[in-house]
Amino acid sequence: MNLLEIFLWMIPLLLLIGGVGLLAHKTATWYRGVYGATGLVCLFGLVVGVAGLVAEQPPLELVLPLGLPWSHAHFRLDHLTAFFMVVVNLGGAAASLFAMGYGLHEPHPRRILPLYPCFLAAMNLVLVVDDAYSFLLAWECMSLTSWGLVLVEHRIASNRQAAFLYLSMAGFGTMMLLFLFGVLAGQAGDFSFAAFRLNSAGNVNGFLVLFLVLLGAGSKAGLFPLHVWLPLAHPAAPSHVSALMSGVMTKVAVYAALRIIFDLNAHVQWQWSVPVLIIAGITAFIGVLYAIMQHDIKRLLAYHTVENIGIIFLGIGLAMAFRANHQFVGASVAITAALLHTLNHSLFKSLLFLGSGAVLHATGERDIEKLGGLIHRMPVTAFFFLVGSAAISALPPLNGFVSEWLIFQAMMVSPHLPQPLMKFLIPCVGALLALAAALAAACFVKAFGVTFLGRPRSPQAAQAVETDGFSLSAMAVLATLCILIGIFPVTVVDLLQPVSQLLVGVHLPPHSGELAPFTLLPFGSEGSSYDGFLIMLFMLVASTLTAWSVKRFACGVTKRGDAWDCGQPDPSPMTQYTAGSFSQPIRRVFGSVWFYAREKVDMPLPGETRAASFKVTMLDPAWEGLIAPLGQGIGWLSERFNVLHFLSIRQYLFLVFTTLILFLLMVAQWS
Amino acid sequence: MELMHDLLLQGWQMVLVVLIAPWITGVVRKTKARMLRKQGPSVLQPYRDLRRLLSKETLLAENASWLFRVAPYLIVSATWVAATLVPTFATGLPFSWVADLLAIVAILATARFFLALAGMDVGTSFGGIGSSREMMIASLAEPAMLFIVFTMAILAGTTRLSTIASVMASGTMGIRVSIGLSLFAMLIVALAENARIPVDNPATHLELTMVHEAMVLEYTGRHLAMIEIAASIKLVLFLSLISCLFFPLGMAQREDGWLAMGIGLVAYLLKINALACLLAIGESVMAKMRVFRVAELLSIAMLFGVLAVFLLFLSRGM
Amino acid sequence: MAYGYDISHLLSASVLVFSFLLLFQGRMFGLLNMFVMQAVCLSLTVASQAHFQNAPHLYVTAAIALFFKAGIIPYSLRRIIIRLGIYRDIETIFGVGLTLVVGVALTCLAIMTVMPLAHAQELSAREDLAFALSVILMGMLMMITRKNAISQIVGFMSLENGLVLAATGVRGMPLVVEFSVAFSILIAFFVFGLFVFRIRESFDSVEIHVMEQYRGEKQ
Repeated sequence: MNLLEIFLWMIPLLLLIGGVGLLAHKTATWYRGVYGATGLVCLFGLVVGVAGLVAEQPPLELVLPLGLPWSHAHFRLDHLTAFFMVVVNLGGAAASLFAMGYGLHEPHPRRILPLYPCFLAAMNLVLVVDDAYSFLLAWECMSLTSWGLVLVEHRIASNRQAAFLYLSMAGFGTMMLLFLFGVLAGQAGDFSFAAFRLNSAGNVNGFLVLFLVLLGAGSKAGLFPLHVWLPLAHPAAPSHVSALMSGVMTKVAVYAALRIIFDLNAHVQWQWSVPVLIIAGITAFIGVLYAIMQHDIKRLLAYHTVENIGIIFLGIGLAMAFRANHQFVGASVAITAALLHTLNHSLFKSLLFLGSGAVLHATGERDIEKLGGLIHRMPVTAFFFLVGSAAISALPPLNGFVSEWLIFQAMMVSPHLPQPLMKFLIPCVGALLALAAALAAACFVKAFGVTFLGRPRSPQAAQAVETDGFSLSAMAVLATLCILIGIFPVTVVDLLQPVSQLLVGVHLPPHSGELAPFTLLPFGSEGSSYDGFLIMLFMLVASTLTAWSVKRFACGVTKRGDAWDCGQPDPSPMTQYTAGSFSQPIRRVFGSVWFYAREKVDMPLPGETRAASFKVTMLDPAWEGLIAPLGQGIGWLSERFNVLHFLSIRQYLFLVFTTLILFLLMVAQWS
Repeated sequence: MELMHDLLLQGWQMVLVVLIAPWITGVVRKTKARMLRKQGPSVLQPYRDLRRLLSKETLLAENASWLFRVAPYLIVSATWVAATLVPTFATGLPFSWVADLLAIVAILATARFFLALAGMDVGTSFGGIGSSREMMIASLAEPAMLFIVFTMAILAGTTRLSTIASVMASGTMGIRVSIGLSLFAMLIVALAENARIPVDNPATHLELTMVHEAMVLEYTGRHLAMIEIAASIKLVLFLSLISCLFFPLGMAQREDGWLAMGIGLVAYLLKINALACLLAIGESVMAKMRVFRVAELLSIAMLFGVLAVFLLFLSRGM
Repeated sequence: MAYGYDISHLLSASVLVFSFLLLFQGRMFGLLNMFVMQAVCLSLTVASQAHFQNAPHLYVTAAIALFFKAGIIPYSLRRIIIRLGIYRDIETIFGVGLTLVVGVALTCLAIMTVMPLAHAQELSAREDLAFALSVILMGMLMMITRKNAISQIVGFMSLENGLVLAATGVRGMPLVVEFSVAFSILIAFFVFGLFVFRIRESFDSVEIHVMEQYRGEKQ
């Protein structure tokens, strides 16, 4: 049995666990059993993924007599698949471990337990299938199971709306992918990926393919302006499912984009990278800008997913530009950065969603304006959330910085590109990325500062208790990985090189430790370099020296007293800086243009008894400009077509007959 | 022996930046006082302030958390490491490759992140106002800084600071428009990052306009001493950065003998003292800006950065 | 000699930088000061070109620029502002940030336009041409984004600075052309000035939107 066959056994196993979940009762044993079993299977998938990544073998292929009778189901395991297996199953295992503690608080086991393993199975299946039919089937299963999970709390109206929006966007995305495969298959009509690969330099309209990828995979990943469903749907699900949707499912969409752009339609031209870079830059910037305006912790995290997807697609766009110009080192650095960021984002975003789940369970609040001071009540969760926040804000020596540094390094060689447009475009996109990274730090100062620091703003926050051991250990694993990848990025970068070889046809030379064992040197020993390990070491040395000299020379007496606050401390926690006030400067600088943010202050005159009021109004341009008119248009059309519901039998037969004639005419025309 | 020599050099730079940090702060204060026709405290006053702060007991707010107590150590060590990695008196120091220009900026961002969090820890309105504004200013300074990095990377072919300094020192660049523009952008970024006038006033208290001082309002005793020294080190870092990127005169090489190192050291000290005096003069003739004008000032820095990059394309030929 | 070119480019780049600062300025007198600085930079550029190109007639151009642009015109504009008591803050159509972004885009466009044009020329001439074109475009941008007649005049004058810059960058521009340009600008300035006074007498304001009412565009 080879790796692929072993891996394929996971899928019926997960479906079986899902089937058992149908019988679940509301006891801890059932929950722990189902989540534990799912976690074990994921762990197994993780091992297979790592094995597939390090194995130096040609892609494994397999055809099973499933699906359509004339084409069968094709499966394939190459390094790209193996890498994404690692991402998916790492996230799956961590979320399952978390759910063994957190999941017990879900009131309806039969709504969630059957769907959860099936969701993971569907995501794994998307990675290994190798023909269009099975791909779309698995993709649709992934959408539907996650849709079911969004609807777990379906009695809340906003969740139903979010789920409906998600379902329509998912349907739209799948339809685009369907068209895409139609374009790729052409008239020959062979829908296996192998046929697409052979035909890859053929007369397919590449720009159309790219457009459909951006619509199909981009709507699932959350590219602007198709991201609107994401911040509504991801937070609606239970937190461990949110972690999977944000941390993992968006990565499956990235996988689809990579597979189609670089593998199936390999004839990439430089012009294609222009829309990708522009959309990705806007997505990164806008995503974080939206996030800063949010006060709902889970929605804030979901908007950050949009930002990070933008960063990943920036790497992809750069890789496309470099590859089309045969500048392979740049292409390899860019694609490595995109892949590394994919892994990193899945780690810290899962970590942060799990942390927000712990907070949600402890306080019952998602609105950070009602939290505060949780660092005293939940110190361990606070620490892990802090690690995640620092990692997502791209702070060295954690992992988020490494991938963004690699993207910047790829940008630094962009002046070698021959096209003037690219020379001008890439620095501008780079500035957007720098802005996004800095705003992300601002956003997480706000998220962490308002949630965990300061004084509690509500009784629930004041009485929160630390979460359970399973949840904490899941977060501990993810936080440790964030730190480890930040310190030893070289190991992961070297592991990613087979994938880079597969996608852009070249890989970076393995790091031989010319300068130091863990120095990242994308352009050889004379080029730019970064060493997270030594920075960590230096910081340890520096802080030890500081601590020693403070202990040696300073007065060690520490007293507690009232806060100083310029002599006017206010005992009421309401006078603290809130999330809204924290984001006010940024709202004024950027929001007034982008969100049409307007502040309305109503200050009563002296002597009046009514209360003063302050209101901020913001409009979402993606929603107002695109989605709402589109929805109205569809509503208008459906009303026009409503008459079709009230026809006589003769008229219906006439419709069927005309359709048949039309098809016959088309056939006659084509053959 | 080689290794000892290397470690000694790097260690010396590590000690140097801390030793001169309060001096530079003192020079700025003294010059500013003289510009206002005041006598001003001695240049050594910041050293005395530090000693006094260290000898006082530390008073913590009732609800200060562990983060509040850990943050000063993190901030000092991050700033210190970043300053150690900027070439000062010599290029090509043994560990100069550990972090490039991008990474040094990011290490400073780490320090800022924890400083802003510490500002929010006690739950006062002043702390929050400081953190919020600091993060806004930083987020606007970052893209401008990226364009400067871009210009340097195009000129030198790498973002490694030592290499950039050597290339700039070699004089093959000539007087480039782009270098002038990025110098200007860099000056604005440095003013913003170090909370100097016109972005922030380091000497003010009890004003709604303060940014940096508002964040550290709750710190006392040894913690405050650490925050102060970190701010001084950061100032030295930016002055060193400006002098090594734009005025790399007299910098020694790693292989050079002690004499060249000595010359490099003297040149370095002269340069940053001169820059500190210029900073003080600049601060004396400018007025503090309203907070929301700062966004426009930093957009000017960004603009100069963009122009620098684009004109570089023009002059180098596409 | 190599440094000579560097110096004149640095100076012509500073003309462009002052164009940006003109766009950035929010105060009327600040605007005039910036304009003076731009004119000084321009005349220095021209003078340095005269020196390095060995073209003494350019000294005359430099002197004209210095005398009129940095002296008489700003002085009289200042007097107009004081006499008319024109509101000192400049109103813009869109925010300063957006105007600056458009300015950068225009510079980008200028660079891309000049790039293929002057392939045969040496790099320095190409740079000069790009600067000049950007200054011209920036002047036009200033004219269309400002609501106040005075700042529109300043925009027009800085546009003319761009023309002079272009003329000095290209060798062999005869003196006659420059004289005629300088005089036409002067005449344009007088016409502008007269109009501003007349308009002010008739309508009590020099804000453009107030005048629009009298053209029958708005009710």
